[in-house]
Amino acid sequence: MEKGKGIMGSGRRWAVDFSDNSTAPSSRDIPDPPGFTRASVNQDDSTVSRQKKDAESNWKAQKAWEVAQAPFKNLLMMGFMMWMAGNTVHLFSIGITFSALWQPISALQGVGKVFEPYKDNKVDLLGPKLLFIALNLGGLALGVWKLNTLGLLPTHASDWVSSLPPAQEVEYSGGGIPL
Amino acid sequence: MAIRSFFLFILFFSSSLSPVFSLYEDQVGLMDWHQQYIGKVKQAVFSSQRAGRKRVVVSTEENVIASLDLRHGEIFWRHLLGADDVIDGIDIGLGKYVITLSSGGSILRSWNLPDGQMVWESSLQGPKHSKSFLLVPTNLKFDKDNVLVVFSNGRLHAISCIDGEVLWKKDFEAESFEVQQVIQPPGSDLIYVVGFAASYQFEMYQINAKNGELLKHESASFSSGFSGEVSLVSTETVVALDSTGSILQTISFQDGKISSQQTPISNLVEDSLGPAVIIPSSVSGIFAIKTDAVTVFIRVIGEGKLEVVEKTTHEIAVSDALSISEDQQAFALIQHASSEIHLTVKLAHDWDGNLLKESVKMDWQRGLVHKVFINNYIRTDRSYGFRVLIVMEDHSLLLLQQGEIVWSREDGLASIIDVTTSELPVERNGVSVAKVEHNLFEWLKGHMLKLKGTLMLASPEDMAAIQSMRLKSSEKSKMTRDHNGFRKLLIVLTRAGKLFALHTGDGRIVWSHLLRSLHKSEACQSPIGLNLYQWQVPHHHAMDENPSVLVVSRCGPSSDTPGVLSFVDTYTGKELSSLSLDHAVVQVIPLPYTDSTEQRLHLLINADKHAHLYPKTSEALSIFKREFLNIYWYSVEDQNGIIKGHALKCKCTGEVADEFCFDTRDLWSVVFPSESEKIVATVTRKLNEVVHTQAKVVADQDVMYKYISRNLLFVATVAPKGSGEIGSVTPEESWLVAYLIDTVTGRILHRVTHHGSQGPVHAVFSENWVVYHYFNLRAHRYEMSVIEIYDQSRADNKDVWKLVLGKHNLTSPISLFSRPEVITKSQSYFFTHSLKAIAVTSTAKGITSKQLLLGTIGDQVLALDKRFLDPRRTVNPTQAEKEEGIIPLTDSLPIIPQSYVTHALRVEGLRGIITVPAKLESTTLVFAHGVDLFFTQLAPSRTYDSLTEDFSYALLLITIVALVAAIFVTWRLSERKELQEKWR
Repeated sequence: MEKGKGIMGSGRRWAVDFSDNSTAPSSRDIPDPPGFTRASVNQDDSTVSRQKKDAESNWKAQKAWEVAQAPFKNLLMMGFMMWMAGNTVHLFSIGITFSALWQPISALQGVGKVFEPYKDNKVDLLGPKLLFIALNLGGLALGVWKLNTLGLLPTHASDWVSSLPPAQEVEYSGGGIPL
Repeated sequence: MAIRSFFLFILFFSSSLSPVFSLYEDQVGLMDWHQQYIGKVKQAVFSSQRAGRKRVVVSTEENVIASLDLRHGEIFWRHLLGADDVIDGIDIGLGKYVITLSSGGSILRSWNLPDGQMVWESSLQGPKHSKSFLLVPTNLKFDKDNVLVVFSNGRLHAISCIDGEVLWKKDFEAESFEVQQVIQPPGSDLIYVVGFAASYQFEMYQINAKNGELLKHESASFSSGFSGEVSLVSTETVVALDSTGSILQTISFQDGKISSQQTPISNLVEDSLGPAVIIPSSVSGIFAIKTDAVTVFIRVIGEGKLEVVEKTTHEIAVSDALSISEDQQAFALIQHASSEIHLTVKLAHDWDGNLLKESVKMDWQRGLVHKVFINNYIRTDRSYGFRVLIVMEDHSLLLLQQGEIVWSREDGLASIIDVTTSELPVERNGVSVAKVEHNLFEWLKGHMLKLKGTLMLASPEDMAAIQSMRLKSSEKSKMTRDHNGFRKLLIVLTRAGKLFALHTGDGRIVWSHLLRSLHKSEACQSPIGLNLYQWQVPHHHAMDENPSVLVVSRCGPSSDTPGVLSFVDTYTGKELSSLSLDHAVVQVIPLPYTDSTEQRLHLLINADKHAHLYPKTSEALSIFKREFLNIYWYSVEDQNGIIKGHALKCKCTGEVADEFCFDTRDLWSVVFPSESEKIVATVTRKLNEVVHTQAKVVADQDVMYKYISRNLLFVATVAPKGSGEIGSVTPEESWLVAYLIDTVTGRILHRVTHHGSQGPVHAVFSENWVVYHYFNLRAHRYEMSVIEIYDQSRADNKDVWKLVLGKHNLTSPISLFSRPEVITKSQSYFFTHSLKAIAVTSTAKGITSKQLLLGTIGDQVLALDKRFLDPRRTVNPTQAEKEEGIIPLTDSLPIIPQSYVTHALRVEGLRGIITVPAKLESTTLVFAHGVDLFFTQLAPSRTYDSLTEDFSYALLLITIVALVAAIFVTWRLSERKELQEKWR
């Protein structure tokens, strides 16, 4: 991107501008070559663009479904990784579990952004979005389940009583062998 | 990358799990200190060696024989004989052997003087028990062999000095004969044995020193009888007192004929006061008698005539005689005069002339002079110089020479009775800037050196500098409180009745105080210190109030003599006040309540089972009244085998109308059948122990609730037959029963019998477990058992939602009168060592795992992880149990050489181990005391909450600086590169 900027900038001896300025008649300083009629092109334009737009929206819808299904592959891979990591708490399993938790969350946060390129009046993005959210929620659930199997979720009684101080005793007794 | 970090993680974990508590060689002395003492000197013999370093050999009341450097008072060598091997006499034979007679005269040993190696040992038996005497005649030879003359157990022995062989022996079997003196006149081959028979007959035996033949036996009866000791005034004259203590008998047995003369003391001293005693002394021609107030020196002038030479009311101490030439004897005399002591050295035959008269300033904290030992040396001008070794009331040992104290040893610290700790003063702000700058420079310099050390760039000199810097770190010996709570004062009470405050940083004595209340007085004849308690520990007013300790003592050995309380400020060592009680002190119960000035309430129980409340203030009384019904006490009568529980009843009735005195009533009693059980050990939890949690999480997230009670008592009883020494009974006749008793209700919560086991039992109680050590007669090995006690009634508190919402009653106060449902788990293991003491580490919050500290028979302290004494150990633990940290069960407990807390040192005569929590949760302070003192810091789960002492802050700093610089440089570089890219 930035390199492109550099090309646009001056400082080179010569440059070819491939950009088609033909639509703007005011920029046309050079006369059309003989035998070339601009009108014929202009005539076809509307039908071609309609076709093009249909194809694009179809393509967009297809792509959106594809994007929505992408987390499924992820899910499978995560499952495999989790199986590999085992059920003991160490750096590897914790890393995987947390990435398994983080990925769906960050994906859910960016639902809008993911489907931004496919936004179109004609394309219905609700279905892909719902699938995407559902799959990510599934991923999240998998992560939470993994967290639980690692024993990092406070779901046992032991997690709640392990820091309870001993109960106070009402009575007090002292003494022993005489001095 | 992940795999590498995983490996690092594994490495870290495995290193933290394996029980490594050991030190590196250069870490010795950083956290720990060790002090060697010998105890109160009983007898001292100066080595007369001409060449070599001057030394003095001493025997002490702690049964130590030691050779001390006369120049500096350091110990050359030292041997601690057993507790029942009391030293009766020491001497030097042939100039190179130290001869000791011990165990009531039945063991004679010879030690090499230069290095303290034992040369020989002889066992001396005899027909009956008697006084014992050790004589080393200088010129009594027997086949070129020097002879030792020993009288012990009613038998006279002549023993070769070279190999300890008995040359001849002679029995004195007469039933009532009590030997008083054994005399070997120099230059003759005779030995005189004099004594009393039936307390009114004087007996004299003359024996040939060459072969033990009885030459003569004379006796004379004295109708007035005898009392006390006899004093030898010449080789053939003794002086004794009659049974009333008012008439002096001068008995001479010249040429085997007994002649005597009687002189009433009243003839010599006009205003004689009460019965007198003879002060034993060996100065020829002179002896001293002492009545309550006066000490009288009496000279014997020929034919039994007596003459008073001096009468003094000062406290006085006399040395034995020292022969300085053929016919001259000198002795030293020390008299007290206010803040000074006067030392005079006189010749035996010339009382009025002084060879030496010196005054030495003496700290009154040392008390009176108890013993004097004299030695001479030849000055450069060929005249005699004298040095004296004095033993003071506080058991310290001092060498005086030329009117100065050359050195002193605080040997009172060899007999510590009780230990408590106190915080140091809070640091006040106002450190000068200059000091900080200096410190900063030093700090940087030190860290640069350390950095060099870590980067292995340091030269040997640098390494030495680093080591000395580490050892002399001024941080650790500051007189202020530190953030980690490592610096504290150890307040120790010694048998001499002196309080010492030792700094935990380097073990120096911060102050010492000879308690005035423990001084002999009219009201209190023989005061003895009993215990120390923390009286006031200010937290709220820590800046302007000093903590204080309570010293409980008693006026005599029996339990019904009145008690004395004294309160001592722990910052200054001043005795704030002292109270002479009108009642005895049988028990002291510190109550878990403090008043508004943070003085702890104490309940003192007297012999009639009345409870007295201290401090005697109305506020304390109102606090006490509030808790009146909840306070109980129990007494263990180990002689009768009864444990009794008592409750408070009402104000004292009868003669004492005191609102701080309460009557008690008996609640319950546990009577052990005297024919089958005898109490040998009782132990409770420490009052100040902190327990972090009541739950124990076991494998698979299960919870067990500990039964944690302050009112549990562990009692061990053995069969009366088996209470003797190990091996004195067969396994069938011996058993050991362990009880856990609730001391409020008297309920026996657990009882277990170990058949075929025997004491001595050492036990320690902490949290919900007790560990005890005993001997298994069947296996011929020592065993350690653990009992853990769990509360079953709480076990069904397993509903997570109730716990989340706090709807449970796990922390609500409980009464012991509600019936507890407990289950116990126990296991036994073999253990190699016999023990002298046992303790457990204690930390500030009780989170850190525990270690048992075992004082072994080799006078070392061994740390043993509590995990080894876990009743849930099995031979094949499941995966979950392994994860929990359960060690596979083995039949014996491992002794890991690296886990000796005392590393290479020995705490001779180890008696007790005390643990004190530091403020830092991971760390506990350990103080072991016996004849020696040892202090160290321990981190049972390693120091997980702080950086180690040798952490290189400079390296960290440099790394950070380098990183920041690198970030900056790379940032600049990337900027520039980017710009170049843009321009391309």
